[in-house]
This record gives sequence, structure tokens and C-alpha cells, in this order.
Amino acid sequence: MREYLLVFIMAFVTIILRFLPFIVFRKKVPPYIQYLGKVLPQAIIGMLVIYCLKDVSFASSSQALPVVIAVLSVVLLQVIKRNSLVSILGGTVIYMVLVQVIF
Amino acid sequence: MKKRTVSEAFYKSLPVLAGYVVLGIGFGILMQKAGYGVLLTAAMSIFIFAGSLQYVGVSLLSGGAGIITTALTSLMVNARHLFYSISMTERYRDSGKYKPYLIFALTDETYSLLCDGKIPEGCDKNLFRFLVSLFNQCYWVTGSIIGCLLGSVLPFSTAGIEFSMTALFVASFTEQFITTRDHIPAITGLVSTLLCLLAFGSENFLIPAMVLITIVLTIVRGKEEGEK
Repeated sequence: MREYLLVFIMAFVTIILRFLPFIVFRKKVPPYIQYLGKVLPQAIIGMLVIYCLKDVSFASSSQALPVVIAVLSVVLLQVIKRNSLVSILGGTVIYMVLVQVIF
Repeated sequence: MKKRTVSEAFYKSLPVLAGYVVLGIGFGILMQKAGYGVLLTAAMSIFIFAGSLQYVGVSLLSGGAGIITTALTSLMVNARHLFYSISMTERYRDSGKYKPYLIFALTDETYSLLCDGKIPEGCDKNLFRFLVSLFNQCYWVTGSIIGCLLGSVLPFSTAGIEFSMTALFVASFTEQFITTRDHIPAITGLVSTLLCLLAFGSENFLIPAMVLITIVLTIVRGKEEGEK
């Protein structure tokens, strides 16, 4: 039951976040919120990148190297191809091969 | 007109199809590995429908997180949805009976498909937006169920599949970095979070990071205003 309670909380918070602006700013969005709306998405994605890498131990090269190589591959693929799907698939396959076969 | 709207919406949603199925399978596999069944997996994809939170949610569920941690993490990870909604308030204003679902289903990917506001010729715009959102969620739910059911019988080892979440964010980060001229927000996000990770440790750094990011960006705005 605990799982379903936690899922309910995640769903509830997400729904509130999605609906709140429609309820609060029915008329006009204040400039400060407009500004945050413009800059926060990029900052948050940056935060999430670090969040994903938080448990990587950079003291251990067999753990750090596959991550570093795969992250750089994703960046490179995205710069060249500009297709998120290709970058995500490519990077994940590269990471899986690195951890399963090489390291 | 209805038929045309359906086919145009399906076409519009295609770039998300493979991505959602793959990421959904990745999520389903994580759920299955953590010992959870199809019911809980499907419930998450139907009622939460937010990829990054669901990935993080697997570790919340299996790591024994409490109610407050779960609520705060959801708030932090999904705070960006506030801003997707803010920028769609105008467009979704008169969408009638479709409005609640359109708002509910506003994910990163759906937002990126619909935020340009273009509607194909001869289509009902509200039905079109509704169907694009609905198709996307169908891909996501289908992928997560497949992952949960077949995770263990896939004919290859899935070790490392969890990297798809990192890859998703790294790809979005890179894409935003290429398409925006002002890199201060992106760098603020990276550096503030890194500093907070070093200062507070890997368990408690997200909330301080959010606060620090907001403070830094508010100061930056004050400076820009001052320069004008």
C-alpha cells in the first residue's frame, strides 16, 4: 500500500504543478514569473544532469570512464545529428557495451 | 475533417513514438528489477506521466522514501512543468472539454511538439492537440508495460539501461545549449547543483540546489535590469 500512496503523492504534486499556472494566471503573468519561465527550464535540466551523475565515483576509473565516454558521446551525437532520439539510443548502447563488455 | 485531424496528429507524434517506447521500456525494466509489477508500473505511467519523476520514483519506492521526501522530490524534479504551463496558458485558454487533459499531459516532449502553436491545415486545433498528447501517452504506457513484462526475458543483458535517463537529460541540455544564446541559466544550473552536491552530499542536495539556482538567476535578472 505504501507504494500506491507514494505514487498518488507523485501524481498529485505533478498535477498541481501542471494546473497551478492555469488557475493563478488566468489573466496576466507577472514579469518575474515570465523571466523564471524562460530561464528555469535550462537550469533545471543542468540540475538533472548532475542529479543523474551524483552516485558516480570518480575515484574509480572503471566506474567513471564508461559514464564520461557515454556522456561525451551523447553530447557529440546531439551536436552533429540534432536528433535527441539518436543521441539517447546511441549513448545508452555505448554505455551498455562499455559496462558489459569492456569494463 | 476528423479523419484528417487524426492522421495529422499521428504524424506529428511520430518523433516521440520511438523515444517514449524505448524510455518507457527502460522505466518498466527498472520497475521490474526493483520487484514491482505491471499494475503499479502502469498506474505510474497513466497517473503521473512524467518521465524523469518516474525514473527517480523507482528509487524513491525501493529506497524507502517517506511521504515528505517524495512530495518534495516530485516538486523539485517537476517544478519545470510550472513553466511549460505558464507558456501555454494563452494557447490552451479556449480548448473547452479537452483542456483538463491537455494540461495534465503536458510533458517535456508534448510541450516541445506543441509549443510552436502550428496546427496543420484543415484540422480542429483542440482535437489535434488532444490527440498528439494522447498518442504520446499511449506510447509511454505501452513502453513501460512492455519493459515490466519482458524485462527479464529480453534476449540480451540490460545492465546499463538506466543510462537512458542520463542520456535524455544530457541530450536536452545539449540541445538547449545549442538553441539558446544566453548560457547563464544552463551554467547556473550545472554549477549550483555541483556545489550543493559537494557541500550537502548526494542525499540532500536537490533542495539547496533549487534555492541557489533561483537566487542566482534572480540576482542575474536584477543586474540585467540595472544595466538597461
